[in-house]
Formats: sequence, C-alpha cells, structure tokens
Amino acid sequence: MESYVSHRDRLWLYIFVGLVIFYLVVPMLIVIPVSFSSTTAMTFPPRGWSLRWYEAFFGEQKWIGSLWVSLRVATLTMIVTTLAGVAASYTLHQSSFRLSETIRATLISPLAVPSILIGVGIFFVYARIGGLLNTTAGLVLGHSVVALPFVMLTMSAGFSSFDMSQEMVARSLGANRFKAFVTVTLPQVKFSVATSMLLSFLVSFDELIISLMVASGPMSTLSRVTFATLRDDVDPTLAAVSTLMLIVTSVPPLLLHLYASRVRARNGRNAG
Amino acid sequence: MTERKTSALPVQVQMLSKHFGTVRAVEDVSFDIRAGELLTLLGPSGSGKTTLLMMIAGFSRPTRGSIRIADQEIVHLPPHKRNIGMVFQNYALFPHMTVGENVAYPLRLRRFGRSEIEDRTRRALDMVQLGGYGARRINELSGGQRQRIALARAIVFEPRILLMDEPLSALDKHLREAMQIEIRQLHDRLGMTTISVTHDQREALTMSDRIAVFSSGRLAQIGAPAELYEKPESRFIAEFIGESTFLPLRHTPAGPAYGEQVIHFADEVKPAAGEMLLMLRPERLRLVPANGTAGGGKDANVFTGQVQTIVFQGESLLFEVMLDGGHKVSVRMANRSENLRQLPQAGDRVALKLERADARVVRAEG
Amino acid sequence: MANVSTFPAPGPIGQAEFEANRRALERDRRAETRMRINLTLPALLVVFVLMACPILWLLSLSVVAGDGRLSLENYALFFSEQVYVEMFLKTFMIAFVVTVICVFLGYPVAYLLAILPPAWSGVLMLAVLVPFWTSGLVRTFSWLIILQRNGIVNKSLVWLGVIDKPISLVHNMTGTVIGMVHIMVPFLILPLYASMKAIDGNLMRAGANLGSSPTHAFFRIFLPLSMPGLVAGMIMVFVMCLGFYITPAILGGGKIKMIAQRIEESISLYPTWGPAAALAVLLLLMTAVCLFVSLKLVRWLAAGR
Repeated sequence: MESYVSHRDRLWLYIFVGLVIFYLVVPMLIVIPVSFSSTTAMTFPPRGWSLRWYEAFFGEQKWIGSLWVSLRVATLTMIVTTLAGVAASYTLHQSSFRLSETIRATLISPLAVPSILIGVGIFFVYARIGGLLNTTAGLVLGHSVVALPFVMLTMSAGFSSFDMSQEMVARSLGANRFKAFVTVTLPQVKFSVATSMLLSFLVSFDELIISLMVASGPMSTLSRVTFATLRDDVDPTLAAVSTLMLIVTSVPPLLLHLYASRVRARNGRNAG
Repeated sequence: MTERKTSALPVQVQMLSKHFGTVRAVEDVSFDIRAGELLTLLGPSGSGKTTLLMMIAGFSRPTRGSIRIADQEIVHLPPHKRNIGMVFQNYALFPHMTVGENVAYPLRLRRFGRSEIEDRTRRALDMVQLGGYGARRINELSGGQRQRIALARAIVFEPRILLMDEPLSALDKHLREAMQIEIRQLHDRLGMTTISVTHDQREALTMSDRIAVFSSGRLAQIGAPAELYEKPESRFIAEFIGESTFLPLRHTPAGPAYGEQVIHFADEVKPAAGEMLLMLRPERLRLVPANGTAGGGKDANVFTGQVQTIVFQGESLLFEVMLDGGHKVSVRMANRSENLRQLPQAGDRVALKLERADARVVRAEG
Repeated sequence: MANVSTFPAPGPIGQAEFEANRRALERDRRAETRMRINLTLPALLVVFVLMACPILWLLSLSVVAGDGRLSLENYALFFSEQVYVEMFLKTFMIAFVVTVICVFLGYPVAYLLAILPPAWSGVLMLAVLVPFWTSGLVRTFSWLIILQRNGIVNKSLVWLGVIDKPISLVHNMTGTVIGMVHIMVPFLILPLYASMKAIDGNLMRAGANLGSSPTHAFFRIFLPLSMPGLVAGMIMVFVMCLGFYITPAILGGGKIKMIAQRIEESISLYPTWGPAAALAVLLLLMTAVCLFVSLKLVRWLAAGR
C-alpha cells in the first residue's frame, strides 16, 4: 500500500525511524570491536587490538565444555522437534481431522507461557522423577518444549501453500502414503523444513532459563555459563563469546532469509 | 469408428453410498461400465458425481456398497493398489520435476527398467502430441499443455481404467471445445475404459459413449447421448441436457391433452402416477404464419400464440411465444436466408408446429 | 427402458459380500485413524509431559503448606511482605513503561514498513529482523558495555558537556528499561506490521477523495483500523515483560528484582517449593488474564469495523 503523500512531508518520519533502527541495530554490534580489545577494560573504542580473549575462550575448559554441551543439545533438539513437528503438522494439515485446531493451538501454546514457568515446572518434575537433572536428555526435552511451537508455525505456513492434491495424484499413480510424502511433498516443503531445523537449533542454542534450572556444572550450556559470568564476574572473554554467539544466531537466519527472497523473486518471475 | 482394443475391463458399481452425517452425498448408486467405454458422470454441483469418482479412485471411503473392476472387489483397497489412472481438475503436476520425470513417475514406482521407461514416456508424450517436451519444466507450460501432460502421466502405465475430474474446466472456451474432440480421439485410439466427471452438458454430449446424470446423490438416468437428449425421463434431465420448455398435460379418455387439445405422440403414452409434462425442444418447433393452413392432422400438433420477443443469437434466433393456453414457449430458428424471408415480428400471431415424432412426455419430478 | 438406477438386483453380489466390504472399510478407517494418532502423539507428549503436567504440579505444590496441609499460606506470603508487594508493583510498572515506549518507537517503524515499496521495506524489515534473531544475552551484554560508567554513552555526554560526571545507567531501572525495550520492540513491530499490511489501501484513497487531509485520514481511518494489531502487540509485549528474566537480572544488577527472578530465588530461599510454586502460578494467572483480555479486546475492536 503506497501513500500519495510526498517524501518531503514525511521526512520527519524517515528520520525518526532511522533513529529507531540505529538504536536497534548498532548497539549490539559493539561486542565485536570490544572482543578484539587488548585490555581487560571493556571500553569502546578499545585501546589496543589483540586476539587474547578468543584464545581465552578456546583455551578454558568452562567455555569449551559448555560450547560442546550447547552444540550437542541443540543438534538433538533440532532433530527431535523437527521430526515431531513435521509429523504433527503434516497430519493436522489433512483437513478431515476433527480436533486439528485445538491440537495445533496446544502445540503452539508454549510460546505464550513465560519460560521461567516452564523452567521451574520442569525442574520440579525432574527433581522428583530423578535421572534427568543435569543430563543431555533432560536438556533436550526441556528445549524441545519451547522449540516445538516454532517448528509448528513454520511448517503450518509451509504446508498451507502446498497443494495436497499432488500427494493424491502420486498415490493414484501407485505410491503408498509414505512414498508419496517423500517423493512429492517433502521436496516441495524442504525450505520450510530447513527453516524449522534452523529455528529449533537456534532456539535451543540460545535458551537460558530452562538450562539454568535444569543443568549446571559440567552440563552447563554456553548461555548459562555466559549468564553466570555476566552476573557475577564480568570478564572480557564475554565479548569474544558474545561475538561468536552474535554470528551464530544472526548470520544463518539472515542467509536463509536472503535465499528465500531470491527464490521467491525467481518463482514470481516464472509464474504462469 | 476406428477399431477399439478391447484390452480394458468392465467396472461394476453396486449400491454405493456415501453419507456425511445426515447428508447423503451419494445414495445407492449402481451402474456398469462396458469395456472400452467413455462414460461421463454429469450433474450440477452437489449432485454427488465428484464424490462418486473419488470413491472409485479410493480417496473417499464409501459408507457402504461395492466397486468391482474386472470382477475384483476394490472398495477397501488403498488408492495406490487400484491401478487406476487419474487426471485431476487442476492437473496436479509435480512442479519440482520435469515433464519427463512427471510422466515417468508411475513407471519408476513400478520398477520398470530404464530403457523401458524412456520408451514408454516417449510414446505417451507422442500420443498427446507433446513429443520432445520431456526436458521442459512445468511452469513453462500453458494450461492446455499441462492438461495433456497430466493425461500422458495417467495413461503411461496402462491402467485398467482412466478417471478424469472436470478435466477441461480450467481451460477457456475455444481450447475446451478443441480438447473435447482431442480427448475423444485419444480415447478411441487407446480403447481405455474411461470415467469423466463434468457439469457441462455440451462436453458430456461431445465426448461420451454414455452419460450418467446425477441429481442430489442419486443416479437419475443413464444412456447414450442421443438417447438422453431425445428421451429424457424427467424434467430435470430434459432441462439439464439441452434446452426445453414444458406444457402441463392432463389425462383425458382420448389421451394426454394440453387444455382441450389432445396431443399426438409417436407411441402410445401410458398414464403414470404424478404430473406429466410435454417437453418442447426449441429447435423442434416450427413457426408457421397463423393464417396459413396448419397442416396438422394426426401427424403434427399445432399451437397458436403471439410472438413476444425475438433474440438474435448468432447462428440462431430465439423466439419467445405466448401460447393462447397461457404458457410461454421458446422456439429456435436457424439463421438461414430461407427462414429470414418470412420472419414473424414481435406482436404477430403465429402457429407452432410440433411433429408427432418429436412429441415427448416427461415426468415432472425426477 | 430398464433404468439401471431404480433397482439393482444385487446381481452376482450378495448380502454376505456387502457385509464383508463394510467390515473391510471399517478396518481401513481405524487403521488410518491410528496412523494419524501415532504421527501427532510425539509432539503432543512433549507439550503435555513437559509443560502441561509440570504446571499442574506447580499448582498442586502451591497449595501445600510447610507442614503438608492444604492451605493458601504460600500465596499469602507474597501479599503480606512489603518486599514482595513492591516486586509486583515494580514488575507491572516496568512492563507498562516498556510497553508504552515500544509503542512510541515501534508504531512509526511498522507504519513505514507497511507503506514503503517492496525493495525498501525489505531492507527495513531486515534491520528489524536481525536484532530480533540475535541472542538476547548478547544484546543485554552490549547494553552493559554501552551504558557502564566509562561506557560510550557516559563518555559522550561528559564530552558534550551535558553532565559533569558519569551517571549510573546500569544496575538500575533505567538500564533495565533501555535493555528491555531493545528486545521487545520487534515483538511489537512484527504483528503490528502484519495487521497494517492487511488494511485496504483503497480506504485511505477514498478518504482523500472525499476531502481528508493526509493527517486527518491517518487519524480517522488508518489508526483505528490498526488498533486490533496494535492492541495485540502491546499485550504480547506486556505479558513478555512480566515474565522476563535475562535483562532485569543483568542490567538491574541485583537491585531490580522482577517476578521471574524472585521465583528462581524462592526455590533456594525457602525450605519447601511451595512459595516458588505459588509465585509461578500467580505469574501464570496474570499471563492468562492478559491474554484473555487481549483476545476479547482485539475481537471487540475488529468487530466494530
């Protein structure tokens, strides 16, 4: 919807929005230069340049160990939630299911619940049941709760623009349900599946509160160690960690988003 | 007619029903399809024809009944085991595969060898006159081309029967008419038993060996196009196929009559329960000037009335005539110079002549 | 002429075969239902076992007193002690302030996103999305660096002569609010943008055609139509602020304690889990009430169009 108002009349709007965007984007970039500072004071601009904080990060067990934990847990969460979410979303998409709307709402509901509640609840359950506190499985299950809604939303959008009669045709041509799904449906929603995988990985990698409640010590995730260091014992290694996290959590979605735009533009040109 | 391969096998549908709660989408439908026949399921939307097709294909589970193909009960078989070819209304071609890959898909599922696949794919594409299109992508094709690829894909594995769900509804008028004839010719060449669904009576008349007309979930009448056109059994059929206007009949000792005028029919008409109507096809009525001799007698029925409107419709003229008996009737006259010489005008009194052989009775409800 | 439809002798097919068909169809239908259940079950189990049940358990824990009796003393605790009443008030106030600032900053951005041509709005959208995707921990830490005593904000203000010596911008309410707004603004912009995009452009043009100045048309036509999306976004931001943990914990420096932090503390502070559970349930109730109000309000606003 374009407006018939001239650009000059809206100049104040452009300036205001420009300032807001500046406020949104620029501050978080400050960790990058600070991470290369040669001093322990986290000033900007840094007084000298060095890689010592990165060396500190890769050198210390607490950092490397927790990075390992986070990667492992995030990968497993990605696998679990993507499989469960794609299966559920696909089934719900077949319209003849009576309760599908209720179920879909239930699966998305964790988004509306503050994660402190989920974290505390899971903590109590684990403490009672035993065997899941401070374990990879416990972390993966906890992260899956908060990651699943993202998969459901992404796959819902993906399936909704998919024409189910293609699967029907495939079945009429001789493919059973599973083969039809794999050869016809999946290749066409593979972008949504990739997005789901990325989102669930990042949600888990970034997750703090549940990890805080459920695992500590050697099973601490990277975000938990980062948070503890931030709260108790601020240390410029944090800048290096933050830069790495910044890259990990913002670059892949950015690339995916750009790739999607290009694919969409290409399909738009070829539509006919 | 070209010689047909009788490799196709018959279909038997018995007492097939589909209920959605209290809605009876299909109710107790039974019919047979002969080998190599092209049967069209015709009816308005909501008549159950598409639901019936979906049950034959296996995508809709019947509430009860039986579907047999070549004496094999298939009603409980999943779609992929029925060996039926199907063309969907929106073609449903796989956009992530090329034309060739689309057509080869059913062959690959059946584990044909590579050279066999190439061979059959090429032949199928040739048969729909799109040979050489194998490497193209789906989004490069026009609507008519996509329809042909969908057909090629449905027949490439030589299924026992072919189903088509409103195959031409997505095409524009000219293309549709050309495709109707092409599909008919393709059918003749293949000799495959085919069931087609449509709401377009013209399409049904053009393409079919027989037409099954559906109304509110029930099979109203089944027969060859000419038969349905000439001898519809009910008002519904007479209105759905071709145009008609109707005159109410009452029974008299001398036979059915319109008001006081006894109507002459080719065969004797048995009185039946329910209201009876005289079906008048607009093109079967001939306008003669009212003052001339009627030329009636026992071989024709003559009605008198006044011309109300005349509409020019290109290849024909449509007259609306108000009969003296108080009913409005349509008359269609071919746009030929010999007709135009003595054209009645609006307001003129005219006589309408209906040959005895063209007089037909239909049930009011059906 | 024999009309095949009026009555079929069940020819070669007898009653027994019809029965067999019916049973086969039943079996098939049940198998399909089972498959559907199997496919949705894993996801449902995750949500039920790991969220619904724990929350129910929290509920049950919260109504058990220290000695095991059924009682509401855990709840009473939070309404009787001053420090907790302050916590509730402070949490609500911060949430409110953050929401209002988000609206003030976010509405113009969403508006511009909705009216810019695709190329420009794509770039602007990226500028909103990239911070949105970035880890909250990283963003909070960035503010810590920027707002600290010898951080760039203080240094610039001193250099510009606005103040004599550095003011404390972190480890207090100010820093907390700045940090939370930074995280929450995209949550307001995105749904608001979506609802603005759905507004029919012809309505504004009709207004102009009828004599409305652009400002007038905005206030009388566009703004009311964007209300449902705005209200939905506001309540979502408010609810998220209520339960927020990271930013207050870091930028509040121990002086700002919102509900989430108190919940975590209560686990180790009290001999039983009762108090922590009670506080958690209270937060859940507040969230639920806000969401319910939001639903009704949005529906009411949207229906009035």
